[in-house]
Amino acid sequence: MHDTTTAARGAEHGADRPHEPLSYRFLLLVWLGLMCLTATTVAVSRIELGALNIVAALGLAGAKASLVIFFFMHLKYENWIIKGMVFMAFVVLAIAIGLTFVDVGYRY
Amino acid sequence: MAEAHAAPAAQLAAHRDDQASKMGMWLFLFTEILLFGGLFLLYASYRAKYPQAFHAGGQALDLVLGATNTVILITSSLTVALSITALRRGQTVRCLWLLAFTVACAATFMLNKGIEWGAKFHHGLIPGSEHMARLPQGQSIFYGLYFAMTGLHGLHVVIGASVLLWVMLLIRRSKITGDDYAVLENAGLYWHIVDMVWIYLFPLFYLIA
Repeated sequence: MHDTTTAARGAEHGADRPHEPLSYRFLLLVWLGLMCLTATTVAVSRIELGALNIVAALGLAGAKASLVIFFFMHLKYENWIIKGMVFMAFVVLAIAIGLTFVDVGYRY
Repeated sequence: MAEAHAAPAAQLAAHRDDQASKMGMWLFLFTEILLFGGLFLLYASYRAKYPQAFHAGGQALDLVLGATNTVILITSSLTVALSITALRRGQTVRCLWLLAFTVACAATFMLNKGIEWGAKFHHGLIPGSEHMARLPQGQSIFYGLYFAMTGLHGLHVVIGASVLLWVMLLIRRSKITGDDYAVLENAGLYWHIVDMVWIYLFPLFYLIA
């Protein structure tokens, strides 16, 4: 995509120089993607899929959150330190949730 | 680009480090993620214990209001992202209108939240009330989490909108400009986190029924 290449070129110049601002058109496309995913989430939740319903809901929410983080929050264009920090924060959250479920899953 | 070469010198003169301030903002946002993450853990554990009560509770929530608020909040995230582009392109007036729209979205979101909570209060579902304490335990926990999580999120919406209003004031006073926009960017990051929390709250409370 045009916007990603210009922004990536900006990032190559080093951390001191901010990347080019994302274009209105590109941001609108991200928003359109988020709207489509929201419509899909609502539609899928109306179909009875059993345990798959929660998997679909969380998967689609994860996809939406990724669009927000990478493009609206510009994470895609940040340096590796900030990327690594965000990655670690989510790893810590995943460990907390995962370990809790090892407990809760065998309790009831 | 001429201004790209001038930027480091200007940063030195003003003791400015945009990269560090952004990093500080992200560190703060991690505490927010873990704050809400803890509440999501509580939700998940109790949902595993009381599946029927959570099912019934979710069906009692207003899907249309929840979905409307989702669209409002995602759109407000878009306008914050657009406002940064506008400011950096020197379109200050457009930037201010985009931010004003964002704050209006926040107000509409809270209005809808008020209507929703009002309807629950009308049915006697008031946090800390006798009625809620007497409900079967699963239901009482579901509504307790509903009020605590959407309430804490609503508080973040109010704080985020207030910060954006303050940012608008700074832009009008030329304290934030197209060359010095770290404050707008960091306020935007906060607003996007508020949006992201709702992206998870919406399916967990309104859809999984």
